[in-house]
Amino acid sequence: MKTSFRFSAKAGYIVLLTIIFLTQLSCKGIQSALDPAGPESGRINNLWWLLFGVCAVVFILVITFLFYALAHARRYKDGAPIGIDAQKKMTRNISICVAITVIILFVFLVASLTIGKSIYTNSSPDVLTIEVVGHQWWWEVHYPTDEASKRVVTANEIHIPVGQPVRLRLSSGDVIHSFWVPNLQGKMDLIPMHLNSEWIKADHPGVFRGQCAEFCGHQHAHMSLLVIAEPQDQFNAWMDQQRQSTNTPSDPVLQRGQHVFLSSTCILCHTIRGTLANGTNAPDLTHLASRQTIAAGTLPNNRGYLSGWVVDSQSIKPGNKMPPNHLNPDDLQALLTYLESLK
Amino acid sequence: MSTELIEPTATDPAFEREQRDRRELEKTWASEPGILSWLTPTTHHIIGKRYIITAFVFMLLGGIEALMVRIQLWRPENHFLGPDLYNQTFTMHGTTMMFLFAVPVMEGMAIYFVPMMIGTRNVAFPRLNAFAYYLYVIGGIFLYVGFFTNTGADAGWFSYVPLSGPAFSPGKRVDFWAQMITFTEFSGLISAVELVATIFKLRAPGMSLNRIPLFVWAMLVQSFMVIFAMPAVMIASTFLLMDRTVGTHFFNPAEGGDPLMWQHIFWFFGHPEVYIIFIPALGMVSTVVSAFTKRPVFGYTAMVLSLIATAFIGFGLWVHHMFATGLPQLGASFFTAASMMIAIPSGVQIFCWLATLWSGRITMKTPLLYICGFIFIFVIGGLTGVMIASVPFDLQAHDTFFIVAHFHYVLIGGAVFPLIGAIYYWYPKFTGRMYDEYLGKWSFWIIFIGFNITFFPMHILGLKGMPRRVYTYPAYMGWTWLNQLVTIGAVIIAVGGIIFLVNVFISAKSGAIAGPDPWAAPTLEWSISSPPPKYNFVYIPTVRSESALWTRTNDEPVITGVRTDRREVLATRILDAEPDHRYPIAGASIWPLITSLTVAFGFIGSVFFPSWIFWGAGLTVFAFVGWFWPKRTHNEQPEAAR
Amino acid sequence: MWVEKTEPGTGRVNKRVKIGFIISLSALVLLMFSCRREDRDFRATQASQVANVVPDSQLHPGGPLPNGGQVNPGELTAATNLQNPFQGNAYAISEGQRLFTWYNCSGCHANGGGGIGPALNDSTWLYGGQPANIFESISKGRPNGMPAWGPKIPEYQIWQLVTFVQSLSGAEPRTATPGRPDSMANGTLQPKGAGNPR
Repeated sequence: MKTSFRFSAKAGYIVLLTIIFLTQLSCKGIQSALDPAGPESGRINNLWWLLFGVCAVVFILVITFLFYALAHARRYKDGAPIGIDAQKKMTRNISICVAITVIILFVFLVASLTIGKSIYTNSSPDVLTIEVVGHQWWWEVHYPTDEASKRVVTANEIHIPVGQPVRLRLSSGDVIHSFWVPNLQGKMDLIPMHLNSEWIKADHPGVFRGQCAEFCGHQHAHMSLLVIAEPQDQFNAWMDQQRQSTNTPSDPVLQRGQHVFLSSTCILCHTIRGTLANGTNAPDLTHLASRQTIAAGTLPNNRGYLSGWVVDSQSIKPGNKMPPNHLNPDDLQALLTYLESLK
Repeated sequence: MSTELIEPTATDPAFEREQRDRRELEKTWASEPGILSWLTPTTHHIIGKRYIITAFVFMLLGGIEALMVRIQLWRPENHFLGPDLYNQTFTMHGTTMMFLFAVPVMEGMAIYFVPMMIGTRNVAFPRLNAFAYYLYVIGGIFLYVGFFTNTGADAGWFSYVPLSGPAFSPGKRVDFWAQMITFTEFSGLISAVELVATIFKLRAPGMSLNRIPLFVWAMLVQSFMVIFAMPAVMIASTFLLMDRTVGTHFFNPAEGGDPLMWQHIFWFFGHPEVYIIFIPALGMVSTVVSAFTKRPVFGYTAMVLSLIATAFIGFGLWVHHMFATGLPQLGASFFTAASMMIAIPSGVQIFCWLATLWSGRITMKTPLLYICGFIFIFVIGGLTGVMIASVPFDLQAHDTFFIVAHFHYVLIGGAVFPLIGAIYYWYPKFTGRMYDEYLGKWSFWIIFIGFNITFFPMHILGLKGMPRRVYTYPAYMGWTWLNQLVTIGAVIIAVGGIIFLVNVFISAKSGAIAGPDPWAAPTLEWSISSPPPKYNFVYIPTVRSESALWTRTNDEPVITGVRTDRREVLATRILDAEPDHRYPIAGASIWPLITSLTVAFGFIGSVFFPSWIFWGAGLTVFAFVGWFWPKRTHNEQPEAAR
Repeated sequence: MWVEKTEPGTGRVNKRVKIGFIISLSALVLLMFSCRREDRDFRATQASQVANVVPDSQLHPGGPLPNGGQVNPGELTAATNLQNPFQGNAYAISEGQRLFTWYNCSGCHANGGGGIGPALNDSTWLYGGQPANIFESISKGRPNGMPAWGPKIPEYQIWQLVTFVQSLSGAEPRTATPGRPDSMANGTLQPKGAGNPR
């Protein structure tokens, strides 16, 4: 009897160690909810450890008692009925367990409501607002401002200054998507004709990856984005650069590339400010070369991948809305050189 | 004690009469001959078995779909399934498991066992029972015909609009899905009505409400849940179908509709749905625990109240599926509180079972092993459920593999493990033979270990940022080795499942012959032969406690006035099961099949040509005329029992 | 439970195996007969070139033509295939609907009812209502204001638009055509929940 109790205690101990070991694996990482970089995700992380710790203890207690019960169950021989005293004792014990359960749940409830309130509020008056509109399968990003010349429009990449609360205004242009950058905050759905909001703030510089978290069709798996937190001066420099529109290039290769862009299918969907291209169906390409990724975080932004994407995006992201473009090689090279110049 | 144990003497008039009644009952309850024996039966054994077998066929198909998904996710940027086929596969997996396996198999177990456990001959409305089965199987076949013709549903098992609406899901895929819902939920609704009527009115005398076996209580509670929940999803799927085919705007935000309304209506059904799957399993756990600890489950009243509380609270949780949609915080808090509160009745049940185990004499056989597996796995699932009840944490975990892990823990642990345990437990009753204990234990351990290898790492994957329903993932995310572990675990589960099926098939032919009661169990189904006769009991028994057979005396009275020359049952009063009247029930009939075909004509046709619903309705009217055409015997007045 | 109390020699098991076999065989047959309506061929775009045709119209969407509008005589080609490859295909109709909005066909044709351009949802076709005719109308343009899209968009997209336009007048099967688009309201609606986060 005693050995099986010791055995079940050892088994529980091993289970606990395994659980702790496994969870240690998950702490760090890009796009990890347990690697917080901001106050909101930090509070959620703390809540997680509270929940996990208490639940792990509860689980171990229950399973230990299960083993104990199985090991000690032959105490009543030959179907002798349970005495009234034993019955009362069991009732009392169960009631105590239920009471403990209620208390634990109450603690969870209070913690959850408190932390929930804090991740949804912001008391600082200094707020940067960013609008994100979800599309199949890319993120349209606006930095709204009253002055038209100061507007910033980009896609699939958000820059924020370190330490500044940012309010995200989220909506969708087609189906329901979900904006989720785990290092910074929980997720919020992008629903057509709804305007949702959430707060994010980065406590230190870094590149944080996010991904759409609501099934939105064929390329839901390839709809990610980057949130880049940088010091205030770098952020200001980035904003200034993004505000500029393009000039007519003087280099003949770039001119040829721009001509290819303007006379092909590209112009029907994309915008490059400073040219005739003003399509709004697809990402704004005015500063394409300043972004780290293309195709909504699917590919690194370099000439090779860009070439493959332009020529046949369907083999990379089948079902996406961009058609293949069969350009002759010289035109393609000129176009790529031009696109690479859009910093 | 059944009358079979009386030592017969040649001139014992009681024995003579019993034999004569038995022969007459065999004749009255026999199937129609030939091909009609397949098309017309209305005895609950046949309908129940059909449900269970059909549900397991669908479970196999759903399992194959799961394996296909796991193979695709074996490594980053895999090309086993393209995005389109992957979307169809995971949608079909979820849809099959939730609508075509989980609910029908529980209904099937109930239809098979509840009449025996309450001491009656058949369900209250036998033809309706058959009709419900035909609707279910037609709906399932309809969905799979779609899948095999590239028309498989591909918008997820809960099919959010606008993705599943007319603009973003072209073709008939989602229409097939929506109409399958109509079939299966209609079928579930009918079965629920059936069970409520049977459990309330056909119990053996003496089986007052506080003496009903816990499995029967679970089915009663579940049936009420079905009655309130199923109409919601039928309405939602009909709205969706109308939006897609006839141009309504229920979910079109540009014209005054709202995509969120779909989520509300669907989850108002969807959350009770998981309790509809789970609560029968709780009843099965109680049954097995009681039989293998040789004592009634501790705290009968608390157990029943917990079932009822779970059912009630279960209707107040649905918004926890929508925490990320931008709803007001105050409203969401109510659902956090309710979602945490529902852990309390489940906790009470677990504590009562633990107390039963602690204070009983345990026989550790395969069924009880599965119950221990249930406790282990379901407690983990329930605890992660409490975690995601909290809004802030759910905003990180929602729509990630953490949620996938959670619901598989509660559904497989909470429903499938008790189901398999119950199938092992009742195997001798189904087949008359014992299963192989060695294969049974092996199947348990392989499935249990495989399950944990498959689904525990998913918690970690979710916290590391892997969303749900992605057909592939990048190599640099660091998710690869965990995904590979999960796939290996899935294969292990498949191996365990195969061992289970092998055990079922082999033992049916060559297992040891089981008598009526190999487990010395307490409930009434163990007082009749294995497999049971079509009429169940020669004489309707009476009971004096919840554990009927353990408190049966040598001179336990039986009811002898129920007729044997036509199919008849004894109706009793709801509260105390005092005999009330005898009630003739229908025999074998072709009309359930014909009616289901006319209804199917209307439903399936309307997916392609909306006006066909009216033609189908017209044909169904004719079918109902045939169904309700009065028979001579029904004109006689039911005689009051003395 | 798989073998009901069988009387010896009834062969019930065999009958069940036979029926199971027939069902599986039918399933496999169905597998081969995949519904054209539901095809989603993302790779059919592979062969599509931008149609290199002599445009009938001097209007070109999006500005200048490639090569400054010069077409080498040796390179003149008509549409590679005058049969509509997407006839009856629901995905093509849906994509055509999307392109109809994205390329602003509604600017002249409204939602099929016409305005500056003729109506597309009736049976009057100025330049022919067969799929090949509609293809050429879109690809080469037509007098009196229809731009030539051929040099600008791939052939498969023109066919998707053709299929959608045909569906407007009911020439495509009803089972492939959606009941309604997702937005029909005039003007703009204010999105819900506009305002500060809580």
